[in-house]
Amino acid sequence: MTDIELSRGPRKIVIDPVTRVEGHGKVTIRLNEAGEVEQARFHVVEFRGFERFIQGRMYWEVPVIVQRLCGICPVSHHLGAAKAMDVIAGVDQVTPTAEKMRRLMHYGQVLQSNAVNFFHLASPDLLLGFDAPVEQRNIIGVMNAFPEVGKWAIFIRKFGQQVIAATGGRRIHPRLCVPGGVNQNLSIENRDMLRKDVDQIVQWCRDALELHKSFVHSHEALHENFASFPSSYMSLVGADGGMDLYDGTLRAIDADNTPIFEGVQPADYADYIVEEVRSWSYMKFPHIRSLGREHGWYRVGPLAQLNCCAFIGTPIANAARTEFMAQGRGGLVHSTLSYHWARLICMIHCAEKIRELLFDDDLQGTDLVLTGTRRPEGVAIIEAPRGTLIHHYTVDDNDQVSGANLIVSTTNNNEAMNRSVKQVAVEYLTGHEITEGLLNHIEVAIRAYDPCLSCATHAIGQMPLVVTLEDADGAVIATRVKQ
Amino acid sequence: MDLSSPVTPPRILVLGYGNPGRQDDGLGPAASTRIDEMGLPNVTAYDNYQLNIEDAMDVAEHDVVWFVDAARVGPAPFSVRDLHPVAAIEFTSHLMGPETVLSIAEQVFGRVPKAFLLAIRGYEFEFIEALTPDASDNLRLALEMLTDRIGAPVAAARAS
Repeated sequence: MTDIELSRGPRKIVIDPVTRVEGHGKVTIRLNEAGEVEQARFHVVEFRGFERFIQGRMYWEVPVIVQRLCGICPVSHHLGAAKAMDVIAGVDQVTPTAEKMRRLMHYGQVLQSNAVNFFHLASPDLLLGFDAPVEQRNIIGVMNAFPEVGKWAIFIRKFGQQVIAATGGRRIHPRLCVPGGVNQNLSIENRDMLRKDVDQIVQWCRDALELHKSFVHSHEALHENFASFPSSYMSLVGADGGMDLYDGTLRAIDADNTPIFEGVQPADYADYIVEEVRSWSYMKFPHIRSLGREHGWYRVGPLAQLNCCAFIGTPIANAARTEFMAQGRGGLVHSTLSYHWARLICMIHCAEKIRELLFDDDLQGTDLVLTGTRRPEGVAIIEAPRGTLIHHYTVDDNDQVSGANLIVSTTNNNEAMNRSVKQVAVEYLTGHEITEGLLNHIEVAIRAYDPCLSCATHAIGQMPLVVTLEDADGAVIATRVKQ
Repeated sequence: MDLSSPVTPPRILVLGYGNPGRQDDGLGPAASTRIDEMGLPNVTAYDNYQLNIEDAMDVAEHDVVWFVDAARVGPAPFSVRDLHPVAAIEFTSHLMGPETVLSIAEQVFGRVPKAFLLAIRGYEFEFIEALTPDASDNLRLALEMLTDRIGAPVAAARAS
């Protein structure tokens, strides 16, 4: 839905909704008197206070309760909360069986979630073209052109769900984690069931990467320049500097790959990250404290995961990363569309890690839970499919949650998404008309980040579609609401 | 498909979707859970937060599929409509529609079941893990209809 006011002065063009991103969004492009793009904002239009919802809950309930937050990455929240509650329970290191069960679940979740983004949301744009007719630019259109993609999409996603079910008892609302450990190990039956398919999954992930690279190589200028800009990045890395999606310390680098901070323990995140609130969005804007609000924004997610780590500890993904990083000509990779390439490498890494774990006997261990001395506060960080996810809780003397703060991946990417939208608007807005092509390009830019607005804003279901026109002074001159 | 056939009982799938942590958004999962608890022969029931691409595999393996979702607007206590494959652009992956799932089933597996959407009217969608009383009433009436619809062909098959 679009609208435009041309009759006077600076004006706003509002595009609502953005299609095929997680949740609903609204994009506002503000023009100046000369009709040039002055500002672009990716709004979040509804807020529900999930942090307040869990206040008063018993701390051991939280890993299960937080899964209600989001229908896209419930497992990430389950694991993030569980790790934080380990700290509350006084357990600094869970048993090998517990950690490997959690990792197995995590890799299954990241694999299947990234598969959905790439195959269902992104591949229609990438494989069919941004300007392909609307009736073709969807997953069915992709299947028509590339029949094998449908098979990959379904079976990779299903395999990830099977991993989640095998570790957590069911594919939604898994109940694997408890503070200090896990409820179960991996049965031989489930292990063998997953072993049977894992080689094929690895191969299909590799096939998907090759298909994507063929797109990249045939559209190199577009791939390199579209919505691209240098930025800082942040992710977890392991103690050896390698990619670690489950545990480690925070590393942030600037656009020239100079460390901003590294080795930051999760408990100390607030010393390095500041959350700013802005009047026009309900979503917070985190930034790096030492760089300030103007320069401290950063990107997270697959692109950040690859830029921040020194290597990947699985051979196929590591070789793919080496080829990927060559795009940066000795520096970092900043292309926004490279999120998709990076996402596919993360999928390969997850599939390789799953295969590795399925041959690890620790998964059949019986030492599942540890206990310790209760603490009042716990922080945990994991790399969710969309990037760095922070869970922070305080618990009172009655074992009830007294405070919670969640910084989800999409929130971390908030400023970057705004900048991507503005860049696209500057490049593709001509005259005073919002064309179908401009709409497509804006959506493509936002989808690279795979935003999960349901998660970030705690919104649900159908929100009204609001189209607003404002003049330069912010006065609303027209509003259209579509339920 | 002749649903009254006494020879080949239809394989029926009841697929409820929604978030039980968001009050009446849990109507779909509640419906499929109740159906599952009935243990009806030839009836499979499961739930998920949302529909997704892999559901096409399960859908293709059944003869009749009932998608069950909460409705924020529309008639109470529920509405039913036939579904057919549509290769539409989805708004988000949250909202992948049953028509798209059917379309993927047709495209990848070459098979489309007879399909219905049962939309049960809900009213509140906050962070509460319970249905509202009015939604619970709607669920009860919807289940009466649904068990009658899926029970009839099954009963006919068992009598043969």
